[in-house]
Amino acid sequence: MYNQTEIIKDTSELGADGELVINMGPQHPATHGVLHLVVTLNGETIKKIEPHLGFIHRSIEKMCESLTYRQFIYVTSRMDYLSSHINNLGCALLVEKGMQIEVPERAKYIRVILSELTRIASHELWLGAMAMDLGAFTPFFYAFREREMITDIMEDTCGARLTMNYIVPGGLMYDLHPDFQKKVKAFITQFKSKVTEYEDLVTNNIIFQSRTKGVGILSAEDAISYGCTGPVARASGVSCDIRKIYPYEVYDKVEFDEVIETAGDSFARYIVRVKEMNQSIRIIEQLIDNIPEGDFVGKTKNVLKLPKGEFYSRVETARGEFGVYVVSEGGTTPHRIKFRSPGFSNLSVLNHIAAGGMIGDLMASMGTLDLVIPDIDR
Amino acid sequence: MFSLEGITTSVQDWLFMKFNPTMALAMECVIVILLSISLFAILGLILVLMERKVAAHIQIRLGPNRVGPGGMFQTVADTLKLIMKEGLVPDKADKFLFNLAPFVVMMVGMLLLAPIAFAKNFQIWDINIGVLYISAVSSLSVIGILMAGWASNNKYSLLGAMRSGAQIVSYELSAGFAVLTIVVLTGSLQLSEIVKAQENGWWIFKGHIPALIAFVLYIIAVTAETNRAPFDLAEAESELTAGFHTEYSGMRFALFFLAEYINIFIVCAIGATLFFGGWMPLHIGNWEAFNHIMDYIPSSVWFMGKTFFLIFLIMWFRWTFPRLRVDQLLNLEWKYLLPISLFNLLLVAIIAILGWHF
Repeated sequence: MYNQTEIIKDTSELGADGELVINMGPQHPATHGVLHLVVTLNGETIKKIEPHLGFIHRSIEKMCESLTYRQFIYVTSRMDYLSSHINNLGCALLVEKGMQIEVPERAKYIRVILSELTRIASHELWLGAMAMDLGAFTPFFYAFREREMITDIMEDTCGARLTMNYIVPGGLMYDLHPDFQKKVKAFITQFKSKVTEYEDLVTNNIIFQSRTKGVGILSAEDAISYGCTGPVARASGVSCDIRKIYPYEVYDKVEFDEVIETAGDSFARYIVRVKEMNQSIRIIEQLIDNIPEGDFVGKTKNVLKLPKGEFYSRVETARGEFGVYVVSEGGTTPHRIKFRSPGFSNLSVLNHIAAGGMIGDLMASMGTLDLVIPDIDR
Repeated sequence: MFSLEGITTSVQDWLFMKFNPTMALAMECVIVILLSISLFAILGLILVLMERKVAAHIQIRLGPNRVGPGGMFQTVADTLKLIMKEGLVPDKADKFLFNLAPFVVMMVGMLLLAPIAFAKNFQIWDINIGVLYISAVSSLSVIGILMAGWASNNKYSLLGAMRSGAQIVSYELSAGFAVLTIVVLTGSLQLSEIVKAQENGWWIFKGHIPALIAFVLYIIAVTAETNRAPFDLAEAESELTAGFHTEYSGMRFALFFLAEYINIFIVCAIGATLFFGGWMPLHIGNWEAFNHIMDYIPSSVWFMGKTFFLIFLIMWFRWTFPRLRVDQLLNLEWKYLLPISLFNLLLVAIIAILGWHF
């Protein structure tokens, strides 16, 4: 493609006097995936960040146009692989809403419990990776210890640890594992006793605080205008929890708080996610003993056909609002499908919040945006 | 009783009996060189394994446990792998400097080995300006790192090298002042004199508060000087991939890797000598029986024990703390550590003049 002299010539032309252009990624330890950032530096200070996307583009939206309404749900597991269950749920909700399928209460409860477990697992992984971005290796292992229990529960429930594919339009693929409630309770006890370790190791660490406080500040206005959702927007004081605003499944029956911080810096985003884990535990505690008996899947037709029209459904994933927009011509496959992925909008603020800071600040800002690259590229 | 002193004197006597003095001296040099090189190799193997085991213990996992009993030969296997690997040189790199850099870094470690007293009367070179020699030579390692960063023709390497330059030059000062505290208390720059002065108590105990402050400053400063976390900005993995040694592979990388651990060993050995009495056993006042028992432990064991305790301390830091940002790193030195060390030096001078220390 290129010979080497060309590449060197190109980059030296890009930077003006005293500026250094670095390609961070597509292979870089801090991008956690194949994200390519073209960073213009002046010494240690960042002038400009330009994200280049497309390295893991699999044209999932186009692919979904040739898959039936039963099949296309499972492709979304491969988008935001850390909240695959919640992505599946968003798609299933759309199909159920479009065809007025009645979902049994039992399925609704289980879906919500698993959604919250997924959220905790995602935040746990983020916590470890974020600490690693800041140079602390040990929290990664502590976070994975608890995450491992969740993935074990997932494995028992549906056979997969990461891309669960447990949801079908109208309910669930199979019933719960008999040990499910026992294991989830064991996890809750373990999590509650260990969450203080994160506080000691990370939150209260003076180096961690000085690395994140006042770094990558995002104002509420900017969060709205860039379309940020999820913990990123909530850390800036924007109330945007889909679970509260447009409750789906049984979120209107459970008590939980929408965690909102106002500082808008990296530390606020960190605090929001840690507190959200506790809120998720609260939701699970309310539901786990009250799972109603009954069917786990409702009655559906063998061939699903959405009526002609446009449909939209939204769910709150671990990263923010995940939207599915389908235009149907009445056939068995979507005519056109569009996913609104939270990661894409959250990435777009990166230049805004990290330019002007140092290279170290970029890691703190990027870490707290919680980017999952397949979610951005799709 | 086991003593390294006896071995060295008998070897020396034998050499001078058999050969003429010049020849004997030359042979002694060769023996010393071979010994220090093998010490390097063994230390590298032990310290890397120790680091991995300590890290594993802190991170609730087992660490290397497949090669040999308890993973003992893991580092041997790693070294063999590195030796057999191809050492790539980037196309546009400055080949001479690129190849020279690891040796410069390595050589600094070797030179620093000379004045360290490993056991009673077991020292390569008891130079009378030992402490001055150490602080002079240890500053040279930054040249090797800058060389590596510049010659690699890689932007990450350059950034890492520049960070390292700023960092090592700054933290030299605090380390130097911390060492000076002990020099003021002892009244000598010679390492053997410093050890002898601690016969009836280590400086950390009898040096009052200034020695304690100096020890804390010393540990922080040498952690920064050896580019260890939380000050590992020169090779900040998540920011600069591998910093100044991004482009190094094979044996050249191994030399950098080895030099890091040798440097840790040396700074900890110096720290043990200055603050914990080097090879001096632990003596408590008038407890005759206790002191006698302590004397039976060989002096080399005392020295190594103290050194490895400090090494463990530095490893513990690495696996607990996040990394500082580069401006915070320099702020810490110039705004906090340096004023504190200047004040501390003044304090210790007053104490030494008035004779308040034990």
